[in-house]
Amino acid sequence: MANAFWCIVEDDRKGAPKKVMAEVIGEAARLSGGDVEAVWLTDTASDEGLGQLAGWGATKVWLLENAAFAPYRGEVWTPVVAELVAQHAPKAVFAPVTSKMREFAARLAARLGAGLSADSVGMTMDGDQLVATRPVYAGKLLAKMTWAKTPWIATLRPNVFKPADAQAGKTPQVEKPAVTIPDAAMKLVERREEASTGLPELTEAETVISGGRGMKGPENYVILENMAQVIGAAVGASRAAVDAGWRPHRFQIGQTGRTISPKLYLGFGVSGAIQHLAGMRTSKVIVAVNKDPDAPIFKIADYGIVGDLFEVVPALTEEFKKLLEK
Amino acid sequence: MKIVVAVKQVPDTATQVKISGGDPKAIDTAGITWIVSPYDEFAVEEALRIKEKRSQGEVVAVSLGPDRVKEALRSALAMGCDRAVHVNDPALAGADTLLTAQALAAVVKQEQPALVICGRQAIDDDMGAVAGQVAELLGWPCASWIMEETVDADAKTVRVGRQVEGGLEIFDLPLPAVVSAQKGLNEPRYPTLKGIMGAKKKEIKDVKAADLGVTPGAPQLAVKTLEALPARPPGRIIQGDVKDAVKELVRALREEAKAI
Repeated sequence: MANAFWCIVEDDRKGAPKKVMAEVIGEAARLSGGDVEAVWLTDTASDEGLGQLAGWGATKVWLLENAAFAPYRGEVWTPVVAELVAQHAPKAVFAPVTSKMREFAARLAARLGAGLSADSVGMTMDGDQLVATRPVYAGKLLAKMTWAKTPWIATLRPNVFKPADAQAGKTPQVEKPAVTIPDAAMKLVERREEASTGLPELTEAETVISGGRGMKGPENYVILENMAQVIGAAVGASRAAVDAGWRPHRFQIGQTGRTISPKLYLGFGVSGAIQHLAGMRTSKVIVAVNKDPDAPIFKIADYGIVGDLFEVVPALTEEFKKLLEK
Repeated sequence: MKIVVAVKQVPDTATQVKISGGDPKAIDTAGITWIVSPYDEFAVEEALRIKEKRSQGEVVAVSLGPDRVKEALRSALAMGCDRAVHVNDPALAGADTLLTAQALAAVVKQEQPALVICGRQAIDDDMGAVAGQVAELLGWPCASWIMEETVDADAKTVRVGRQVEGGLEIFDLPLPAVVSAQKGLNEPRYPTLKGIMGAKKKEIKDVKAADLGVTPGAPQLAVKTLEALPARPPGRIIQGDVKDAVKELVRALREEAKAI
């Protein structure tokens, strides 16, 4: 259908869309009254994955399955999707905020001469115009953005938008358009996997535990990891802890790290510097544990305990265990 | 080897930012401390390291904005950049990322460097779009969020490690190319006194949109209004000894907040 809302699929590289796509598709469906199509560039799609996209509300999946599409290279993806956009004139093109989608959305916007609202946290229709809300100035202000023309291109912050309820047993209408795949100038040499923590991805996790300078050293993060195992959380760190070399940079939450928006954020020994708040202030429920009653994080915390984290963390872990084992 | 580094001047993170009384689309710039966006410092540092390693080459800093942006360019020159280009044109005042990218791409076309390095994103509007857009407009290969970088001996290829969820993807990009710097790429240097003094004598060339062949049109994306954050509901400090406090916290998270 012309003028649908398109959602570019982020997948797990094993044939299934990431669960953040339920949020992107759900929001696109809410705004468009259900006129949503998914666009999936991948080297491996599965029937289950296609079913998931349909279950979340994609009425059609444009499937582009080719080895050239993985790993993502902007010079390959952009002309292909731009050509499809030119042919089918979607009203909007949405993608989740991930490292590749942030670059891809920017390139697509440049190629189409269209506007991009990156890292959006709110969407509303004002008459027949889309208005996006996005944090600016370290999250101190919110900007409402409008586009000069369609397609409205946007990336959506994970964990902010309401995910679509999955409908079981849906079979999507799959269209495999013929496209010209350009030759790639950039060549993959290797992919270095990070050692798996067995814990969820920081930006996608519904619960995030963060350790700051109060952790006193890298060896103490194991107590946070123990708690994370119990409640299924990701473990992050403040800039102070990363700059001290206690945790790799990929675990940093904040302005020069990852932006997260979990349902529950638990900060231990985190003071709450502005640059940390910039990366987590859209969390739904914030818990802070700090020795210093004047730590700025208590100003935005929903629940706080003033105390020694080395006493609180083990006790809290035990309480979580008791609750979740019931 | 010539390298162009794009830098943006932004309010310091710790600066209080208020919406302008006269214009709900803009911030009040009075009393703001301006800095070079931190990711752009990684970009400048990396460019200087490439030049130093090769013992030859030129690093050109480029920025877009009003007169005050010269301070940011001076900082880049003080770190060691050789000269600077300042796209200084009131007609570009409302530029969105695309118009900014068009202006920067035009500067790159004039300068013809082998490599363009940008920061991953500027910490004022956090759009993170310029590097990818410049690459797209130039038709050059691009790697975003790089954590490591090596230019080969012949300056024909750059090998970069691009950060993605769950790992690092190592790519070879034929030059010319565009990359964007992620934190972790390097530790930026502080300008030395000698560098600061020397920067005063280095050239900052002013250019207008017309000099670049760029027609400043209406932006494709515009700020409709800026708003203050909605206040968070007041929080609660849970009192009592540790045992009781954690019990109460878990109860509250389950029953009130429904977060666990």
